[in-house]
Amino acid sequence: MINGISINYYLLLSAVLFIIGAVGVMARRNSIIIFMCIELMLNAVNLLLVAFSTLHGDASGQVFVFFIMAVAAAEVAVGLAILSMIYRNVKSIDTDILSNLKN
Amino acid sequence: MLGYTITQWLFGILSFLSIMFGLMVVFSRNPVNSVLYLVMTFFCIAGHYLLLNAQFLAVVHIVVYAGAIMVLFLFVIMLMDLNQENEPQKAWLIKLIAGIAGGMLLFVLVGSLKGSEQLGLAQYGSSQIGTVKNLGKVLFSEFLFPFEIASILLLAALVGSIMIGKKDIK
Repeated sequence: MINGISINYYLLLSAVLFIIGAVGVMARRNSIIIFMCIELMLNAVNLLLVAFSTLHGDASGQVFVFFIMAVAAAEVAVGLAILSMIYRNVKSIDTDILSNLKN
Repeated sequence: MLGYTITQWLFGILSFLSIMFGLMVVFSRNPVNSVLYLVMTFFCIAGHYLLLNAQFLAVVHIVVYAGAIMVLFLFVIMLMDLNQENEPQKAWLIKLIAGIAGGMLLFVLVGSLKGSEQLGLAQYGSSQIGTVKNLGKVLFSEFLFPFEIASILLLAALVGSIMIGKKDIK
């Protein structure tokens, strides 16, 4: 129990948020939306890390979340640079058009 | 209030809002609307951090995600001129398969996490672990080396994104 809320509710909330992100990655064609869904999945994991950190009274979990945020910022910077480069060359970021590696 | 405390009410409202905005990120047609809904989701998650006594992380989350990363997304969307309502959609069969796969993944996750309630780990730690003072002490003593590595990672990402984004590399 954290402030009268069972840890199970945090587990359920994080699982639902993660699933929403995963379904978004599978169901959308716009690369930028796929990127945003990945951010949503990262945030679901962060929320669960903070919940367990508070449950155990251990600050290491929150430091881990801090590092995940730093890595996510780096990932977004590189990923968006790649996406804008692709858009400059192909004039599209549709994942069904960007399938040259498949055939 | 109906047998629930204020904290439980806040948790319920914030959870409902974050899940609803998360769904709207996936289902909205316009990418700009998706970005704005994602910002709202991040604010709800920051509220959850405040409920969990992680004040420093709540502030950092708003500054880094809602302030920096989402503005970057908005910039790229504006540069690409994707602000159109009728972008091509995946076939309904693919969407159906994605929904079923997501539902089954949720089923597996919830089923496997169901046994964790008997862990009996609740330690009732102090509510002071999330303050800037305490986190700073842990970060700069126990995690000093990963912190320095993170700075190198950010520098590498900076240089890499500039190199990728350059028009012609001589």
